[in-house]
Amino acid sequence: MNAFINHFSFEFRTGIRNKTLLLMNYLFPLGFYAMMGLLMTGINSTFRETMIPTMTVFAVLAATILGLPDLLVTAREAGIFRSYKINGVPAFSILVIPALTTILHTAVVTIIITATAPLFFDAPLPVNWLGFIVTFLLMAFACAGFSVLIGVVSSSSRMTVLWSQLIFVPSMILSGMMLPYSMLPEAMGKIAQLLPATHAMNAFRGLALDLTADFNPIGSLIILLASGVLAFGLAIYLFNWDRRNSTQRGHPLMALLVLLPYVIGILLLS
Amino acid sequence: MNEPLIQVRDFRKIYGDLVAVDGISFEVQRGEIFGLLGPNGAGKTSTLESLEGLRAPDGGSLQLMDVDPAHQPRKLRNLIGVQLQTSGLPDSINLDEAMKFFCAYHGVVPRYDLLDRFGLKEKKRTQYYQLSAGQQRRLGLALAVAHNPPVLFLDEPTAGLDVASRIELHNLMRELQAAGTTIILATHDMAEANEMASRLAILLHGKIAATGTPLELTATGSGFTKVSVRTKGSSLSDPDLNFPAVSKHISKDEYVIYYSTDIGPTVSAIITHVKVQEDTLVDLRVERPSLEDRFLEITTTGGVQ
Repeated sequence: MNAFINHFSFEFRTGIRNKTLLLMNYLFPLGFYAMMGLLMTGINSTFRETMIPTMTVFAVLAATILGLPDLLVTAREAGIFRSYKINGVPAFSILVIPALTTILHTAVVTIIITATAPLFFDAPLPVNWLGFIVTFLLMAFACAGFSVLIGVVSSSSRMTVLWSQLIFVPSMILSGMMLPYSMLPEAMGKIAQLLPATHAMNAFRGLALDLTADFNPIGSLIILLASGVLAFGLAIYLFNWDRRNSTQRGHPLMALLVLLPYVIGILLLS
Repeated sequence: MNEPLIQVRDFRKIYGDLVAVDGISFEVQRGEIFGLLGPNGAGKTSTLESLEGLRAPDGGSLQLMDVDPAHQPRKLRNLIGVQLQTSGLPDSINLDEAMKFFCAYHGVVPRYDLLDRFGLKEKKRTQYYQLSAGQQRRLGLALAVAHNPPVLFLDEPTAGLDVASRIELHNLMRELQAAGTTIILATHDMAEANEMASRLAILLHGKIAATGTPLELTATGSGFTKVSVRTKGSSLSDPDLNFPAVSKHISKDEYVIYYSTDIGPTVSAIITHVKVQEDTLVDLRVERPSLEDRFLEITTTGGVQ
């Protein structure tokens, strides 16, 4: 337990010391929040209604999907995982602790956004705080799971960027953050349902704000939870402390199984 | 020094079509400094990494203090300390944190005193990436010995170190050895291997090409001993002059250099000849083949165990 706490404490500090992580955890989401608050609230007054959840989802996506995978790939390529293995650091800690500390950083950013958005941009607070907190936690859990999985299966930092952008860019456009989900063509809507951000926005609307969800928000929470559990399970199973290790378990393509809850969601949710 | 602490039997490691290690066997005794030498790709790293539990053997067996490194990682963890060639630490970790971090996973009290001992006292709050190469090496070694392991693996420990740090590290290795620590030393530095290792194995193409003490290895080669002689007069200037056991000779500067397979008769005959010619000996030097000469001989001609 002492080792776990020690490791957690170090990783949390890394999230602030490391310039890239500082950018992804704090500067980018808070800068984007300030910019969107100044620009979008003037252009589109309905943006205010979902401003807090939208900026929260953005902060989670930036910190996890854009920040976390490269941290893991870089550590593996630098031989840090080899050193960890020799010294008895378990794969579980290597993957879960950075994910937990990243979630903690996004929680800090979410608190800043939630505390300041009503003051500066007249954004409404959530009407159901429990729904807001549960949705935030499950969204962060699911995205952190995606991130560690990307970090585990990516062969290089370049591949990490590719996989991360494959999730980040569609999330920005299709998830309901920038334009309402209801405006999407049906086929696009189905594709959007493959993204954790879409389910997070849907759950925020239905469970935290006084708005109508586009589909079953409880179903969205279950999908986020299932995909998070699946992603961490797959990441730990596929984890390799060194790409030259000839005893790797499973094929990296197994990672695609993480989409299973989303595919089932497309079939069941309406 | 007669208790085998590490036993390697017919060890094989294969990557696809490449046989990296081809059935090698050796033993390391308690308290030895055992050197592993070999050119790049000879199988040193595969052997070390398998003993460290990082890779599973594809044949044969490995035992370290009766522990199978591939299948008993938990037992192995506190038996070995490893100083890796690459960093093995996150850039942003500072020295105090690194010591605390690794000691916590080994379940021991942090050994901050080792940071002082290794000349890193002033750098405790410095992040890893801000250290010089030598400081990074010293930190790696401090972390490797912090949990007091009976077996220590050192991979190129003095690469990038200045002379003072190198001497300090060698002194520390001797201290650890005296305290009963067994050290496996992989190095390209022949002088270091010659000076520090109790025994050596030279790996070539996945096989052990030669093994023994540094003295045994240098003595068993086909290399010649160089006898360099300088006289006041010209008693050695005749090119047809021949001495026992000398296979060739050359003149360089004011010296005549004889390549001898048996220095006793050669030196004796040279001294007698100079005396008979009423010449005066100014300088006579005998240079035995170095470990480096022997290593080059083995790696260029191939050797057998």
